[in-house]
Amino acid sequence: MTSTDTSHPDYFHKVVDCQWACPAHTDVPEYIRLIAQGQFTEAYLVNRHSNVFPGILGRVCDRPCEPACRRGRVEEKPVAICRLKRVAADHKDEYRDRLPPVPTQKNGKKIACIGAGCASLTVANDLMPLGYEVTIFEQFATAGGLMRTNIPSFRLPAAVLDEEIGTIVDMGVDLRLGQRIDSLRALLEEGGFDAVFVGSGAPKGKELNIPGRSEAAANVHIGIAWLESIAFEHVQSVGKNVLIIGVGNTAMDCCRSALRLGAQSVKVMARKPRQFFKASEWELEDAEAESVEIVINRSPKSFVLEGGRLKGMMFEVLEYDLDARGRIVAERMTGEEFYPADDVILAIGQENAFPWIERDLGIEFDKWDVPKVDPATFESTRPGVFFGGDAAFGPKNIIWSVEHGHQAAISIHLRCLDKPVTERPPRGMNLQSRKMGMHEWSYANDYSMTERKLVPHVSLKERFKKINIEVELGFTAEQAAEEVQRCLNCDVQTVFEAKLCIECDACIDICPVDCLTMTPAGPEEELRTRLKAPANNVTQALYVSAPLKFTERVMVKDEDVCVHCGLCAERCPTAAWDMQKSWVKWPHAADQTV
Amino acid sequence: MTFIPKPKISHPSLPRNELGLTRREYEGALSTLCAGCGHDSITAGIIEACWGISIRPENLVKLSGIGCSSKTTAYFVSGGHGFNSVHGRMPSIAMGANAANRELYYIGISGDGDSLSIGLGQFCHAIRRNVNMLYIIENNGVYGLTKGQFSASADIGTKAKKGEVNQQPPIDPVLLAMNLGAGFVARSFSGDKAQLVPLIQAGLKYPGFALIDVLSPCVTFNDHEGSTKSYAFTRENYEPVVEADFVPKQREITTEYPEGEATSVLLHDGSRVVLRKLAADYDPTDAHASYDYVQQHIAQGEYLTGLLHCRPTTATEFHALNRTPDQPLNQLPFSALNPGARQLEKLMARYR
Repeated sequence: MTSTDTSHPDYFHKVVDCQWACPAHTDVPEYIRLIAQGQFTEAYLVNRHSNVFPGILGRVCDRPCEPACRRGRVEEKPVAICRLKRVAADHKDEYRDRLPPVPTQKNGKKIACIGAGCASLTVANDLMPLGYEVTIFEQFATAGGLMRTNIPSFRLPAAVLDEEIGTIVDMGVDLRLGQRIDSLRALLEEGGFDAVFVGSGAPKGKELNIPGRSEAAANVHIGIAWLESIAFEHVQSVGKNVLIIGVGNTAMDCCRSALRLGAQSVKVMARKPRQFFKASEWELEDAEAESVEIVINRSPKSFVLEGGRLKGMMFEVLEYDLDARGRIVAERMTGEEFYPADDVILAIGQENAFPWIERDLGIEFDKWDVPKVDPATFESTRPGVFFGGDAAFGPKNIIWSVEHGHQAAISIHLRCLDKPVTERPPRGMNLQSRKMGMHEWSYANDYSMTERKLVPHVSLKERFKKINIEVELGFTAEQAAEEVQRCLNCDVQTVFEAKLCIECDACIDICPVDCLTMTPAGPEEELRTRLKAPANNVTQALYVSAPLKFTERVMVKDEDVCVHCGLCAERCPTAAWDMQKSWVKWPHAADQTV
Repeated sequence: MTFIPKPKISHPSLPRNELGLTRREYEGALSTLCAGCGHDSITAGIIEACWGISIRPENLVKLSGIGCSSKTTAYFVSGGHGFNSVHGRMPSIAMGANAANRELYYIGISGDGDSLSIGLGQFCHAIRRNVNMLYIIENNGVYGLTKGQFSASADIGTKAKKGEVNQQPPIDPVLLAMNLGAGFVARSFSGDKAQLVPLIQAGLKYPGFALIDVLSPCVTFNDHEGSTKSYAFTRENYEPVVEADFVPKQREITTEYPEGEATSVLLHDGSRVVLRKLAADYDPTDAHASYDYVQQHIAQGEYLTGLLHCRPTTATEFHALNRTPDQPLNQLPFSALNPGARQLEKLMARYR
């Protein structure tokens, strides 16, 4: 194994597990430190730079960062990254004057965005400060897309959406509410736009075609359409017994909404055992806390009617054989079971639908009838037409849509500059020492033994009184103050200078998690077997230094469970180790060199 | 030193020893020595060694005198017993404790000042009495605690930080111990744990006086160019001649050694010290031969390291020689410890 090239922008970026896992590469440790210092507005802005909607995401993000969090490998639970984001959003002061200014002199380029969801709004957010004129077309009378129509207001209050969407719209975006695009051809030919971004989401819920479906139509609802009707107050009640089919995050929103509309018994019917559920663990927990029952191994067979009215559903009871790795190798039916229901909500997935895109515009569709979209540039096969968010690659999460928006904005900017869209602006990495004195660092390097804090919820008695009572209250000041200290500051990197090392072993002796070893060089796989502590997590890098001057051995650091306490650097007599903050340069449209 | 204590958190899959303990459970208080001090590495070596041979923390006695070295007993095995004695008088305390309880492991930590200047007499008599203990000298050639004057182990020609050159001949603890008949004499280097850890393990298990002179650079006052005890000089000039492996009783000797290269010394509890000679003309089990060999190489300016001399001395070990009872004093009945006034009268009568 040759010496590690830490100048590659990805090396230290990967060490910051949360930032690497975040599709938008939010500088999580940096904003957590700012919260710790009470600089909520600054923390909000660090977030906003990457993820654009901190208040929204601080409530409903799918948090890919948390399973990745190093704290989860050192002890049981990761840092409550997502809920700390909300702390920044809840306590920020006025920040709009600190956003990049939008020039009054426009650059003459007009961009159309279809659908006022998170992807289109991000495109507008990135392009408005560059002088573009952005028009967003939205079929409904309110902006926000699925964030507003599909996420219930008891999880995401309208005021939070209004504020963060307002910030972007107020940059001067031409928001055309209630204006549905029914023909892309018409828009392309008559709109006069230099580029079109399609951010129309994946608005079509999947159907369940089993016997009795059409007869029971009045009481069988498609999940996302049903949630939308609730959001617009078209639906205000539901039957006593409700069955939810499917066990993804939409199903969780459906079952909790049903409880608020007056249902007395809500069951979520799952085809497979719990380990195969698509819903996030915390969404399952929240639903179960509200007495929703999740029934596993039940496959829908038919809708049962009595006197022309839905009476319930018949399910096949399934049994599975799993292999050693936990995968299903066989399934069989062991019987049938009837569950009474007054209403059934189908939440078994959603799809893109583009009936409004003519098929002769040069936009190629693949065999699943979705447009071919370049995963790096987000451009379709017709230059100047871009896709992002769920419209690009099917249903994902808000944070993915935001990143799609950032990347599409870069492409749109390149396209308008007549540059190849494939020439992406370079990524980079800056390092800055955190040393303040002999043993002083400009970050809190001491390890806090505090356990993860639980966000307080509105009591079960209170929360069902109105549909828009936000269940989560957010961290209290005391809880936030403790939770921020759980962050390991993985972005404050251990940077090693081999030529300064005198091989005194001080760093190795003090390391609390035994992640350092000085040893003869060797291939990585073999090197992993002779480190001071087991290095079995191959997803985490080994840092290997240049040969040391006295013995030609190398310094090896297993990044896996380093707690970034800085003791190696404190104990180093020659400052061969230093603690340096890594700044990941993840370019946006504004970083494009013109 | 550091400003924050070492976090209590540890590697989630840290190996455990026979007692079910991890290395972390053999640690002590936060070191207040200079960052990069060789002594801290020796401390880490002691932790590793005690963990490796599964010594119960409460069965370890840590003794020291005065000096940077003598502070280090606080930095390992906080579950052990400790005594920080008067300058240079650690051997007396060790002697007394050992006489009272022969079932514990005794580890004395001293420095070149504590052992070779103020405590030289005590050091010699501990060897002579063959006290069953491991005696570690953390040897850096300077008085670090009083800002770097030459100590009695400073080599002729070595330079102090401000430039003075030492003219007086050094006292070599290894030669001194061999001369006084010690049965276990080793030299090592704080920066070579692969060598040091088995030596500490063997020394703790050796029944009798075991000396390890550990070259331990003073990173603040003796790590400059011209010093003969700096990290750089030691790395360039130390030469391992005998590698020691400690093999506990339960484990068979599985490693194959080429013919004539290895020899082993059987210890009283059935464990063994396997000596691998790296120099063909060297016999570490012969007291006279090893003394001559080491002396010759010192004259040539070479630091020979490893277990330089090892032979069984069980017969002359303090308790054997003095025919003390098998049990520690705290396990003897009161009547045996205090035979009473009548017996005292009888005893006194013999001297009248």
